[in-house]
Amino acid sequence: MMANHLSRKLKSDEWQITIVDEAEKHYYQPGFLFLPFDVYQPEDIVKDIREFIPKEVRLVKQKIESIVAAENKMKLSNGEVYQYDILIVATGAKIAPQEVPGMSGPLWQKDIFDFYTFDGALALRNKLRDWRGGNLVVHITEMPIKCPVAPLEFAFLADSYFEEKGMRDKVKITYVSPLSGAFTKPRASDALGHLLTDKNIEIVTDFAVERIDDETHKLIGYCGREIPFDLLVTVPTNKGDELINRSGLGDELNFLPTSKTTLQAKAAPNIFSLGDATNITASKAGSVAHFEAEILTDNILSFINGQPIKEEFDGHANCFIETGHGKALLIDFNYTHEPVEGEFPFPGIGPLKLLKESRINHMGKLAFKWIYWHMLLKGTHIPFVSANMQESGKHFE
Amino acid sequence: MERTIAGKAITVNEEGFMKDFSQWNEEIAKELAQENNVELTPKHWEMIHYLQEQHKNQVPLTIRKVGNSGIVDIKGFYALFPVAPLKTATKIAGIPKPASCI
Repeated sequence: MMANHLSRKLKSDEWQITIVDEAEKHYYQPGFLFLPFDVYQPEDIVKDIREFIPKEVRLVKQKIESIVAAENKMKLSNGEVYQYDILIVATGAKIAPQEVPGMSGPLWQKDIFDFYTFDGALALRNKLRDWRGGNLVVHITEMPIKCPVAPLEFAFLADSYFEEKGMRDKVKITYVSPLSGAFTKPRASDALGHLLTDKNIEIVTDFAVERIDDETHKLIGYCGREIPFDLLVTVPTNKGDELINRSGLGDELNFLPTSKTTLQAKAAPNIFSLGDATNITASKAGSVAHFEAEILTDNILSFINGQPIKEEFDGHANCFIETGHGKALLIDFNYTHEPVEGEFPFPGIGPLKLLKESRINHMGKLAFKWIYWHMLLKGTHIPFVSANMQESGKHFE
Repeated sequence: MERTIAGKAITVNEEGFMKDFSQWNEEIAKELAQENNVELTPKHWEMIHYLQEQHKNQVPLTIRKVGNSGIVDIKGFYALFPVAPLKTATKIAGIPKPASCI
């Protein structure tokens, strides 16, 4: 995204843009939610990374050994050293099931699954295809996680999936969260609190897992509480890339300390960061990275021209939430404004409704895959959707 | 909404979390602790001040964060605040409960 934005703004005889990435493939991560339920097929959500690299941008397929911020250098695994004037860190977040004893042991991808990786989502699809039912536990290990609503969507879609298969009565669904509820913001809680009871999903809150007992198939909490499962779908601890740790730049979860308004890293003025790699309190979501990219492009141009960097980023996020049975919700919020009801993107008109279940929101979620591949990655502005959150059209009172 | 805690009118939300940290003082903490069946020891105060400091610096609060605080480990945190420790401790500290996006 940043390479696409910047290659249009910077003169190619003055600036060389290089992307260093060890990955061969680019995954549409929001699609991992649909893979287990056979809604998307693997080929829908993966493309060769080269398709998205502008032709004037150099792609180096190498692992990075370390970033030496004090010397403006990056060391690659093949021994090469790159000197940079400006570094943009977009190393994302990854699951770390090894953080919880028993999680990645003998039951991993047998009775314990994640759906935050392509392999995990695919293995879970195969499991669900033959599963005869029992106790399904959908679980969040600890915050922060990528796309915080995804586990809730998973529980909703599971309810819908088993009903369509005619076996909902054979499946007990329990949603287990370290937070105080499935919905923690007052307005969302009021508007959506009924969804779990309607769908017969049990909820366990304030549960911090200490370990998993593989023999008895139980989550064991620090409080001593035990939650039995036949099938555990967990979101393991999310961590920033190990590279950030190797370079001595990360916090205790390897996220990069970054200004939440300018997206400038705390480590050095010529390092910037966006997306899941940062420690900022915005949601770790694709829409956030998209809005950040628009603002970060301006900030980097200001930095190059020696102008002050504007404190412009407001934490804007815009997320569709699948609720099953062909319906979805839409939420639009930022650092200071919680999700509320209203219309989007046109005040009073919509056509999308905020914080309300509808079929058109579900169509929006499915259309988002096309928007992602054809607009987001290419750094194209989405019409009528601004980088900063709009207050009009929202019913705050 | 408003309620009286330790003789002061305090703004709280539906769940009883204080909305304005500037209204917090140690007397209020003591009363909130009592309501939550917690007796405050020096360790509790150390934890309360740590949580307030993290909140001031906009660091999201998690159980892991507390476990790495150097004050107590996670088991120790449960010993201080046995029921939903993070929720109870943030409530007594006068700061918002840890939240997700919705």
